[in-house]
Amino acid sequence: MKIDLSYGSGGKQTSSLINDIFLKHFDNPVLNRLEDAAVLDVQGRIAYTTDSFVVTPLFFKGGNIGKLAVCGTVNDLAMMGARPRYLTAGFILEAGADSQVLEQIAQTMRETADEAGVQIVAGDTKVVEGSGNIYINTSGVGEILKEGISIANCQEGDCILLSGNLGEHHAAIMSERMGIENNIASDCAPLFSLVEGLLEAGIDVHCMRDVTRGGLGTVLNEVADSSACQVEIRETSLPVSKEIQGFCSILGLDPLYMANEGKMIAVVPGEQAEQALAAMQRNPYGAYAQIIGRIEKGAGVRMITALGGSRAVDILYGEGLPRIC
Amino acid sequence: MVTLEQIVKELKEYDGEEIKIMEVCGTHTSSIFKNGIRSLISPKIKLISGPGCPVCVTPSVYVDKLVELSLKPSHCVLTFGDMMKVKGNQGSLTEAVAKGGRVRVLYSPLDSLTAAQEDPDTQYVFAAVGFETTTPIYGLLLDEILKKNLSNLKLLTSLKTITPALEYICENEKGIDAFIAPGHVSVIIGSQSYEALAEKYGKPFVVAGFGGEHILAAIYEILLQLRDGRHQVKNMYVSAVSQEGNPQALSVINQYFETKEDFWRGIGVIPQSSLGLKSAYQQFDAGSSFIEYREELPKGCRCTDVILGRITPVECPLFGGSCTPLNAVGPCMVSTEGVCGIWYKNRG
Repeated sequence: MKIDLSYGSGGKQTSSLINDIFLKHFDNPVLNRLEDAAVLDVQGRIAYTTDSFVVTPLFFKGGNIGKLAVCGTVNDLAMMGARPRYLTAGFILEAGADSQVLEQIAQTMRETADEAGVQIVAGDTKVVEGSGNIYINTSGVGEILKEGISIANCQEGDCILLSGNLGEHHAAIMSERMGIENNIASDCAPLFSLVEGLLEAGIDVHCMRDVTRGGLGTVLNEVADSSACQVEIRETSLPVSKEIQGFCSILGLDPLYMANEGKMIAVVPGEQAEQALAAMQRNPYGAYAQIIGRIEKGAGVRMITALGGSRAVDILYGEGLPRIC
Repeated sequence: MVTLEQIVKELKEYDGEEIKIMEVCGTHTSSIFKNGIRSLISPKIKLISGPGCPVCVTPSVYVDKLVELSLKPSHCVLTFGDMMKVKGNQGSLTEAVAKGGRVRVLYSPLDSLTAAQEDPDTQYVFAAVGFETTTPIYGLLLDEILKKNLSNLKLLTSLKTITPALEYICENEKGIDAFIAPGHVSVIIGSQSYEALAEKYGKPFVVAGFGGEHILAAIYEILLQLRDGRHQVKNMYVSAVSQEGNPQALSVINQYFETKEDFWRGIGVIPQSSLGLKSAYQQFDAGSSFIEYREELPKGCRCTDVILGRITPVECPLFGGSCTPLNAVGPCMVSTEGVCGIWYKNRG
């Protein structure tokens, strides 16, 4: 069934959309009450965030826009040392969107939310003119488990851990857009279990950040700026799969600046780095984790290259587009 | 056999006369920075960048023509991403889109066939920019246009050939001691293309791959040749480059294109330095022959001096101030292969 403008009218068709898709899949006691606002049970200080998702195509190897919409928001909460608890989901549907596609997306959202340990407790749907595209906004609330985790809290002597291989989400999306057949799948994943593992291991985590748009190069520059320090990384320690390396060399892309949706960095005291690495590697989403560098005195990001040279790593400028030659 | 460690040691400790080596290709420049090559060699070995980025040497009036076509009713310009932000005299293609122009970024020229087939009422124009590396793909595109009998897909060409530009530099810029010849172009034209230049101007030409170790080995080879007073063409990228080049690609080029005089942004006219469509295929030309070229670099922009190796990007007064990748004044700051853009992103 194609969704038309009448499904956003607030009348019978809106109600059928809510009942047949959202309540069916998001089913939980808070949402099912259908009050004007969700009444939540939250302990202590909270972290609160929101994000909007407009990815094209809606489905890609390794996930879809619904999985991204849940992972993106729960990961932002987790990076602040918070246990994600509740999400809201707002849908903007262009007329012509397919209800079966929407239902598949809703089902994925529920599965991902279950894995992440959150409930989707409130939502909204609007239908606008257009050509069948679907956009999602999610907001989330999480309970702070450890105070003081901040991008401004990195200290000289700290080690930087990266949870796994770079570039997979970016390459998966590019492959879909360009019709390139390969085995590259998006790394899209909820990361709270990785964070929980670090905290349970007693690691005094100073900073965490999920490595999304702009890639690792941009994130590390944000760390250096906010903490007024120099980040030094080793090229040989950066985990990149052979398939991504090949993909990048053909298209002239750099894994350092490619988006990921299931990778994070953690900055931890140098003496706890090995213990933190072991904790990360115990988790399936951290199997390829590496210690990639250190926090030093100074400014900016420097890389020690595979040849033993030294170079600056800047932020991403514009979009990573394929070159002419 | 000499090891990489020995090469690095010798290059680092070099204390002879200052040597200026030009790497012609933007991908080599990028690799030099990516691998931190400058930190591994003596400051007496100067690596300077040449005119090997097609975006940088594409004249502003060519961009104007693309902008004009994008704004014409029922027209759509197809291009690689690099060209989107290059400023002409009437703004860039990105600005044209904001004014209602139709422009689509493609990842392969062959994608333009699908666009043209699906929308026969639109006249598509492909911004065919590049060196010998890209030209054969445009030839294959013309093969398909002919096979599919498409009349709504044309090329606006600005296709350059590298050896006339190298000859121009050898003739006019006396301070350059040797060249790292471009890897991608050499795959097509072959290492023998540099023999006449090496002989006439007495300078070594070394064809190198793009890995950091390849570039270090090429610099070392140049050092040996200069020390011994030799000036040879040495192909150190034998896995991809042959002496004769790629005969199939050259045959496709020769079928559709012929060499013509051309205008290089920042340099001016260089004889026999472009590939234009042969007269038999003029119906596929979107007006390339009617562009009136003239020199119009933005005020204060020293891209000319940069691509001819007279100054490094940081010596340009606009570098990093009014000219940055997010707001590029000159073409060398725009492209991922552009020397100023590469220097800016790797500054520090």
